Amino acid sequence: MEKKVTLWSYLADNSRPVSSLFYFALIMTIFFASAPQVFFAPKFHQAVLTVIPIIIFLVIPLVFIVTMGEIDLSFASTFGFAAWVFASLVKYFSFDPFLGFIIGIIGGAVIGILMGCLVVYGRISSLVASLGALFLIRGFLFVVSDSKSITVIEVRDHWMHAAFVGKFYGFPMQCFWAAIFIIIAYYLYHRHVFGVHVHHVGDNPDSAAQMGVNVDLTRIYCFMFCGIGAGFAGIFSTLINFTWWPTQGFGYLLLGLAAVFVGGTPTWGGVGTIFGAVFGSGVIAYMETGIVAMGWSGLWRQFFNGLIIILALLGHRFHGNRVR
Amino acid sequence: MEPIIELKNVSKRFGGITALDSASLHVDEGEVVGLIGDNGAGKSTLIKTLVGVHPPDSGDIIIRGEKVQNWNTKKARQAKIETVFQDRALTPQQSIVWNIFMGKELRHSFGFIRVKEQVEEANRIIREIGFTSKLIDANSPVGNLSGGERQGVAIARAIYNDAELIILDEPTTALSLIETQKVFDFVNNVKAKGRSVLFIGHNIFHVYDISDRFIILDRGKVTHKLNKVDVGSPEKLIKIMKETVTGKKE
Repeated sequence: MEKKVTLWSYLADNSRPVSSLFYFALIMTIFFASAPQVFFAPKFHQAVLTVIPIIIFLVIPLVFIVTMGEIDLSFASTFGFAAWVFASLVKYFSFDPFLGFIIGIIGGAVIGILMGCLVVYGRISSLVASLGALFLIRGFLFVVSDSKSITVIEVRDHWMHAAFVGKFYGFPMQCFWAAIFIIIAYYLYHRHVFGVHVHHVGDNPDSAAQMGVNVDLTRIYCFMFCGIGAGFAGIFSTLINFTWWPTQGFGYLLLGLAAVFVGGTPTWGGVGTIFGAVFGSGVIAYMETGIVAMGWSGLWRQFFNGLIIILALLGHRFHGNRVR
Repeated sequence: MEPIIELKNVSKRFGGITALDSASLHVDEGEVVGLIGDNGAGKSTLIKTLVGVHPPDSGDIIIRGEKVQNWNTKKARQAKIETVFQDRALTPQQSIVWNIFMGKELRHSFGFIRVKEQVEEANRIIREIGFTSKLIDANSPVGNLSGGERQGVAIARAIYNDAELIILDEPTTALSLIETQKVFDFVNNVKAKGRSVLFIGHNIFHVYDISDRFIILDRGKVTHKLNKVDVGSPEKLIKIMKETVTGKKE
C-alpha cells in the first residue's frame, strides 16, 4: 500500500528545490523585464555560464557537508591549492596538463582528507578547523608563490582545454562537465550508501553510530569530496583564465556558502537539496552580473546579494523547522 | 522446544559491585516476557549481557539448547537477538525506509542502493507489525510519526534484521495511553508471527498488560519468575515488587 502521488504531494515533498527554482525564476523575470536588451543577448548568458560551473563544483560538495551538520570554509583555499599544483606542474615541470589536472585533483582530495581527520580525530569544530585551514593554505600559497601568479598559456593548444572549457556551438563546455557532476552528485546524495549515511550522520550521529554507520569515515569522505570539488573548480578556473594567482578562489568563499543556503539546504543538518543548490548557484551568479546589467552601480551588488540571501532564507522557513 | 535463549547462573561484576548475581532466566519462542525491577536492579546490565555488550564473568549462555562460549555482540546478532533502546536510535528527518535499513542498506555494486526492493521490504514489514494508516508508507519521514509509531519503526528495523528475540527497553516511556496501545499492538503482531519479546519497563501496568510471564530483578538477582495467570492482576504484581524491594511482607 503506497501513498498516491499527486502534483501537490510531489511539490510538497520537493518544496526546497522547487522554491529555489521559484526564486531563480523570479530574479530572472525581474532581470529580463528590467534590462531586456542585455538579458536577451546570448553573449551575456555565455559569460555567466562560464562562471556558474565553477560555483557548482564548489557548492554541491558543500551541500553534503552542510547536510552532515558540518561546515567547510577551507574550500576557497583548496581551490587555490589544487590550481597551484596544476599550474606549477605544467609550467615548471612540463607535465602533461591532463596529468597535472589529475594530480591537482588528488591534491584537493588530500587537503579534504586532512581537514576531515582534523575535525574527526582532533575533535575540533569544523567551523574553526576549516577557518584555520583557510588561512593556513592561503598563507602557504602566498609564501611558495612569492605572491606571484603563474601563467599557463601552453594549455591553450592541449586537447584538455577544448574538452574542458572550450566552446561547443558557443556553449561553454564546462557546463557539460558541471551537468555530469550534478547528476553524479544527485545519485550519490539520494541513491548511494555514502549519501544516505551523510543524511543519517547529519540528522543524529549517535543513532547512526549505534546502527553501524561509520560516522568518522563518512565525515572524512565528505570533506574529501569537498576537496575534490574545490580542485575541479580551481583547475577549471585556471584553464579558463590561463593563469593561477595567489588569491584565486578566495572570492568564492561567501558566494559559495550563500548559494548553498539560498538553494534551500538548512544549517541544522540531515536535509539538503542538490538541485536547490544548482538554482542557488544560478541566483548568486546572475545577481553578480545582473545588478550591473540593469544599470545599477556595482556598489549595490553586495547589498542585493545580502537582500536576496535573507529573503530566500525567510522563504525557506516555510518548509518547516528541524524535526526531532 | 528449546528456549531461544537461556541464562544459567550468570554473574557480572564491575570492580567491587555485583551487577548480576547468578541470574537465571529463559525466553521461549513466541512469548512476551516482562522484565521488571527498581532502579539499580541490574536491568541494563542484563540487557547488555543478553546482547553481548557485557560478556558474563561466570555462568552459561545457552542458545536453542547449545551452550555458547565467548558470548559477544556478533554472536548475539547471529542468534537473532536485537535490542530497541530507549532512544530508539532513529534519524527523524529521514524516511521510514532509510531508518529501517540504516547501516544495513541493500546494495547494488559500487554501493548504489536497491531503492525499489528496500521500499517494498519496508512496506511489507511495517504492515506486518500493524501500521494501517494510508497516510503512512515507507517513504514517510519518521519525524511526522507519533511516539508510538516511532517505536514501531524501531521494532520494524529489528524485524528486518530477522530478530527472533526483540528486547524492548522502556518502549512506552513518555507515551500517552493511545500511543502505548499502538506499541502493544506492534508487540502483539510481532508475537503473532512467532517472535519473542523481552519487555522492560518501569510502568508495571504496561508490563502486566503486554506480558505472558514476568521476571523480577532485584539487586542483580532474579527473585521471581511468575506466570500471568498466577499473578492475576497488576496490583498483585506491584505488591510482589514492593515486598521484594523492601524485604517486608504486606
